[in-house]
Amino acid sequence: MLPLLKSLLRSAAILLLVSFATFCLMFGNGTGIARAILGYQATESDVQRKVVDLGLDRPLLVQFSDWLVNAVTGNLGESFFTGQTVTSALSTRVPVTLTLVITTLIFTLILSVLLGVAAAVYGGWLDKVLQFISVLGAAVPPFIIAIALVFTFAISIRLFPATGYISPDRSFGGWILSITLPVVALLIGSVASAASQFRGAVLDALSKDFVRTLRARGLKESHVIFRHVLRNAGGPGLTVLSLQTLGLLGGAIFVEQVMALPGMGQMANQSAQQGDVPMVMGTVVVTIIIVLCVNFLGDLANSVLNPKARTR
Amino acid sequence: MSAEASLTETVAEVPGPGRSLLRRLLSNPQGVICIVFLLLVILFGVLSPWLAPFQPNEADLNSVNAQPFSEGHLFGADRAGRDILSQLMWGTNGTLLGSLLVLVIAVLFGVTTGLLSGFYRGRFEAIAGFVTDLIMSLPSIVLLIALFALTGPNVMVAMAVFGVLVAPTYYRLVRSVVLGVRTELYIDAAKVVGLSDQRIIGRHVLWAVRAPVVIQSSFVAASGIAIQAGVEFLGLGDPEQPSWGGILQNANSNIYNNRFGVLWPALLISLTILALILLGNVLRDVLQSSAHNRTLKKSRRRAMLTEAQNARTASTASGYDAALLSIRGLKVGYPDGPDRVRTVVHGVDLDVRRGEIHGLVGESGSGKSQMAFSTLGILPKEALILGGSIYLDGQDLLADDKALKNARGRRIGYIPQEPMSNLDPSFTIGAQLVYGLRAVKRISEKEAKEELIALLTRVGIRNPESVMRLYPHEISGGMAQRVLICGAVAGDPDLIVADEPTTALDVTVQADVLELLRELSTERGLAMILVTHNLGVVADLCDTVSVMKNGRIVERNDVESLFSSPEQDYTKTLLESSRSVELMEA
Repeated sequence: MLPLLKSLLRSAAILLLVSFATFCLMFGNGTGIARAILGYQATESDVQRKVVDLGLDRPLLVQFSDWLVNAVTGNLGESFFTGQTVTSALSTRVPVTLTLVITTLIFTLILSVLLGVAAAVYGGWLDKVLQFISVLGAAVPPFIIAIALVFTFAISIRLFPATGYISPDRSFGGWILSITLPVVALLIGSVASAASQFRGAVLDALSKDFVRTLRARGLKESHVIFRHVLRNAGGPGLTVLSLQTLGLLGGAIFVEQVMALPGMGQMANQSAQQGDVPMVMGTVVVTIIIVLCVNFLGDLANSVLNPKARTR
Repeated sequence: MSAEASLTETVAEVPGPGRSLLRRLLSNPQGVICIVFLLLVILFGVLSPWLAPFQPNEADLNSVNAQPFSEGHLFGADRAGRDILSQLMWGTNGTLLGSLLVLVIAVLFGVTTGLLSGFYRGRFEAIAGFVTDLIMSLPSIVLLIALFALTGPNVMVAMAVFGVLVAPTYYRLVRSVVLGVRTELYIDAAKVVGLSDQRIIGRHVLWAVRAPVVIQSSFVAASGIAIQAGVEFLGLGDPEQPSWGGILQNANSNIYNNRFGVLWPALLISLTILALILLGNVLRDVLQSSAHNRTLKKSRRRAMLTEAQNARTASTASGYDAALLSIRGLKVGYPDGPDRVRTVVHGVDLDVRRGEIHGLVGESGSGKSQMAFSTLGILPKEALILGGSIYLDGQDLLADDKALKNARGRRIGYIPQEPMSNLDPSFTIGAQLVYGLRAVKRISEKEAKEELIALLTRVGIRNPESVMRLYPHEISGGMAQRVLICGAVAGDPDLIVADEPTTALDVTVQADVLELLRELSTERGLAMILVTHNLGVVADLCDTVSVMKNGRIVERNDVESLFSSPEQDYTKTLLESSRSVELMEA
């Protein structure tokens, strides 16, 4: 239990540190923020009044502790422009992004395990194909893959909607259609890197001494691979997957932009271009929380898989 | 962290001299193509003031949405009538500058901190390690977007920040290389000679890290271009300046009016990134490949195996003796280039009668373990059996894959050398023993457990029920070896192949384990092939002995005769050296 507690504390420390750093950067220039809200025609005294209005004239540390106390109770402030609370804006945006990321993660897991094991065990042409895909997947950024998919499957062949998101409670079929292209766009790059890394983990496990001993004991090859090798490759594989989440969150932002999906990325992008600081701050914090949660889940799963970590 | 370390390729090989690097790079077709393409991209950007047909943002209202290959617009024009080719050319310099900035900043931060951490360790390393972990858990794109709220459209600042965000990749790489080099002798020698730390870092350590850094830079430049294009694509670039990502964004929002507008920026961005990644792969091959490729051509491999199989079917009738196990003319080789095979076992014969304990001795590399593995069919994947037969009760195991599979665990058991690494760390002792037993015997799980508990007691394990619930890391090496012996005899085999079964154990445990093996052999009428380099073990346990050298058996005899009157000079030397070791130990 101790290592898990440690990793939890570490995550909390990282969250606090990054929030503070981001806060200082974002809220450091009070007049700049006020000027961005009021536009460049505003008079100097208007700007000063706005600064006081928003409480941006107080010392940064006071502002941050205020923000932090509110944040702990779920209040991340409100938009400078629309007055909407950041939390309510996030509550509609986060599910869209999470849907993309989680669906992609699940398919990444399935496909990269299958491809990775097959390439490691059979080698040959399958291995070469995987290597080719992984170079290509690394070379073509997700937004270009997304554009190519929209170009092909939404504009040239009208199979899927080119843009927009339909929530599952409105129409389940529509939801599936609306997330297919974005998920595939994310999936290609994600599988390309996860599968080749998982292949490495399987090869690593296959080269272990105990695999030879198990074979010598008369175990069927399928049991050796699916029970023993896979289990031992599982730990490193999970690490790959949890690292993948970071990349997927980044990729989702681009894909949301290409396909006009109302997710967190779009929110961050729009607010940043407007200078809506509390909204930007909110998305940064929530993204980091998601990443840390996934890393923690990875640690948790790892400690279940790895008996050494369990008993220590 | 350890799992992650094994996944990222760490590189610690010291490359050859620099002058031949370029030549080797240029003799690799893939490398040449990448370099030529990247040079063209650079020229494309640098020469834009002279070559670009139109000025940046020069709009021609007559050619709004012009198709590719139309008059005056090779790549077509966008919705404002700007020439796409010219825009791309004008945007190239920004991209090149941006990735250069990423590289400079990442190398500056990453390499310096990596060098200092690896060289001085201590508190600096601890802090740098924490910061590295912190940075690597940050979502870089989101941060770059947040940065925009602060700085406005300034791609160069964004790229500088991205440089800091990727610096950890250099940090980890350099630190691991330095840690490797640090312990090497020449650094010690340099210290003794009295060189200052700066001189040592500058001269020796920098030299060792330069190849990995060059390779890594190719990949970092690739990701820099991807990120820059992405940030511009999101609309965070300067709208006044043509940029690759900006052009793509423009074309994408105009995709219904001019479909092919997206094609050119998408291709240019993807191909440039691809060229950098492939160049990185070539650099890795060129800078770090060991002397030559050791994989055998597939056709050659198949031909060699077929030849061995044909020879085998021709000689089935002869050769087999009444022994339990008869090895005839066994030849084992390993690939040593596309057409070459290095033979490590040169046509060896060996007979083991029922109940006989046969010692196979020789120095390391003499091929004795290869013989043991061949008998069980557990040679490494790349190994080739080039000829010969292994008869178990008259049946050639090498000619019949099914017979070999059936023999494993049922007729032949295996006791490995290193006890800890031969148990699966993810399963309890009980689980893996039960899986093994049930693979060779049709019994229920309960029966298997009962049988194994009895057997564990027999091999000298107290509280076998509770031991079965333990994981391998929770038991001692001696216990692990007893568990492995239990696993080997559980299937009730006629023959045990033991590969240095006591080498990895404490001296006190060694004697107990040898005693156990002798008892088991007598009780169960087990024959045994005991691979060892220890003549004391042979004298203690074996009935007969074969001496191996360079893949051949040079002498065989029963134990007394061999020890009293060795025939071969090699055997004499072996005996003498082991005696002198005993004298030293005594």
